[in-house]
Amino acid sequence: MSKQPTASRPSPGSTGASRVAELELDRVTVRFGGLVALSDAALTVRPHTVHGVIGPNGAGKTTLFNVACGFVRPDEGQILRRGEHLTRLRPSDLPGLGMARTLQGLGLFDRVTVLDNVMIGADRHARTGFWASALAWPTSGREERALRERALGALAELGIADLAPLVAGSLPYPLRKKVALARALVGEPELLLLDEPASGLAADEIDDLGELVRGLTDRMAVLLVEHHMDLVMRICDDITVLDFGRVIAHGPPEQVRNDPAVLEAYLGEDV
Amino acid sequence: MERISRLVGSTLARHLLVAALGMVVVVMALTAVSDFRRFQLAEMACLAIAAGGLTVLTGLNGQLSLGHGALMAVGTYTTALLLPDRDASTPLVLVVLISVCTATLVGALVGVAAARLHGPYLAGATLALAVAVPGLALHFRETLGGEQGIPVVAPPPPGWAEDATYFLTASDLTPRGWIAFLAWSTLILSFLLLANLSHSRVGRRWRAVRDDPVAAELAGIVVGRSRVSAFMVSAAAAGAAGSMLALVVRLAAPGSFTLALSLTLIAAVVLGGLGSLTGALLGAALLTFLPQFVTQIGRDAGLDDVRAAELAPLVYGLVMVLVILLAPGGLFGVIRGALTRRRARRALAARSVEASTSTRPDPDSPPDEQLTDPSGDHRTATTTEGAPR
Ligand SMILES: Nc1ncnc2c1ncn2[C@@H]1O[C@H](COP(=O)(O)OP(=O)(O)OP(=O)(O)O)[C@@H](O)[C@H]1O
Ligand SMILES: [Mg+2]
Repeated sequence: MSKQPTASRPSPGSTGASRVAELELDRVTVRFGGLVALSDAALTVRPHTVHGVIGPNGAGKTTLFNVACGFVRPDEGQILRRGEHLTRLRPSDLPGLGMARTLQGLGLFDRVTVLDNVMIGADRHARTGFWASALAWPTSGREERALRERALGALAELGIADLAPLVAGSLPYPLRKKVALARALVGEPELLLLDEPASGLAADEIDDLGELVRGLTDRMAVLLVEHHMDLVMRICDDITVLDFGRVIAHGPPEQVRNDPAVLEAYLGEDV
Repeated sequence: MERISRLVGSTLARHLLVAALGMVVVVMALTAVSDFRRFQLAEMACLAIAAGGLTVLTGLNGQLSLGHGALMAVGTYTTALLLPDRDASTPLVLVVLISVCTATLVGALVGVAAARLHGPYLAGATLALAVAVPGLALHFRETLGGEQGIPVVAPPPPGWAEDATYFLTASDLTPRGWIAFLAWSTLILSFLLLANLSHSRVGRRWRAVRDDPVAAELAGIVVGRSRVSAFMVSAAAAGAAGSMLALVVRLAAPGSFTLALSLTLIAAVVLGGLGSLTGALLGAALLTFLPQFVTQIGRDAGLDDVRAAELAPLVYGLVMVLVILLAPGGLFGVIRGALTRRRARRALAARSVEASTSTRPDPDSPPDEQLTDPSGDHRTATTTEGAPR
């Protein structure tokens, strides 16, 4: 039970340190009626890095995620995953593409257990079909047990294995956030998209989160939307700054921090 | 943890055990009661099978159907149309299977439409089904028998069943006893399959779609397909129920499939507790026997027959309102809800004890002011479909 679900993952070096981007958005434009939510936005997520997306409220950060996940089809522009064009991307394709995403509103399955929540996250590893389920075929039982182990491993990694039998909707918010994170991690993605993972957390919890996300980079790349500026500056390798749907700056934290355009967008805020 | 995994590990063994026990109880009960009670019990089984299918659809997948009575009708009419040529010797099992398949097919069509609809629209579409299907029987008068319906020739009990009954109970197997046995066997078989599904990957995916379609989709579930599959399974159960009903009442007539039947099914599901098969069984029992029981009490209290009969819907409505007010989770949900709440309290309490006794502050245990959800009403934010905001 102590076996971590991710132990079987090859170390980053063994794949020959591929240089090709985990995700590339190329001149993406999204319009909602008259409103331009994204305009020629571009970004490249390098393997094994944390890439931050920041910007004021309504800048288009969640829309950018929605494009990368197939919820919103861009009016113009391309999405590339490891150099391959993702045309007609649908959200249900994500696990198969080695991607996982957490939602700004968490989106937990509130009326089932924490364990079931995380097992759904691990569903890409399951094969059991309808008839094997209906007849409770022995293979389905074996697979269920494997899936449960995997889920418990992911919960243990975040220190919440004891919550497994509880109904997710009954938990306090910070614990719910951890469950949502465990559900995303258990699928063993190579690209993880986190939409405001630190919102609603206390200062020490944010510190822990930062450490955790940094630790993930040996097995995946992370694309992160976040408002907590100190967290972003501390853990990101690259930062893309959005304002009114446009990329106004991108680069490493120290460069972005002193960019005049960024300072102007965040006028009065301590960047 | 070891105990949990062992316990849950053998879903099939557990369900088979319950099914076998159920079978024994059913046989014992059916031999003990009068022929009229056998008829009533058979009717109850039909109601329960359909309610079991509906509780899976509504409770596990979050789809409402006001049209399950119509899906039962599809099963009943298919059986009625296939049975008269018993001389052509279509085995009864095959007749039932074909009825189930026909209802499943209709369910698939409705399911495809339903997967795109929500709330009141879904209710409206399935309501239309409930109203339209009995109308078909009137329209295609020659084949479907119009108002009078099609009489059903119920098959006589086979030799082996008569012998077994005589051997076990030293009494003769009546035709009604045989049909009641068939209906209850169908109930147990369909509940076994439904329970297996509910505890499997399929059931987990249905629940995920019910609780949050957006998050379910991100986990790789094609939401529309999942909804259609739930509708088909549910329709299959309704078809089996309808097929049995044809044998029990020996008639397929539009009068049996009014909107009231669909509403009765929903009532059974709500009374028992959404998503619970045991609850569906309880609800079906209550709705089969309560009216009669109440009428009897009315007569004993000195009411005339008409007044006594009017008492039943009154009590029925009252029970419904009371359950919804006092136990919104249904009769079965009350017990389950109390158990899960207690478990949650204990685990969270254990967490904070752990935190306060450890020398190092535990990052996992939040300070008290963090116990509320700062994002406010996250439910409405995420259960709407489309792009997450
Ligand atoms: N589905 C939609 N239909 C219409 N307008 C939308 C839609 N989604 C987003 N918008 C609009 O697009 C703009 C960008 O929204 P988005 O949610 O991407 O911002 P954000 O950067 O994530 O903001 P926040 O920091 O508040 O989460 C906003 O003006 C928003 O109202
Ligand atoms: Mg956002």
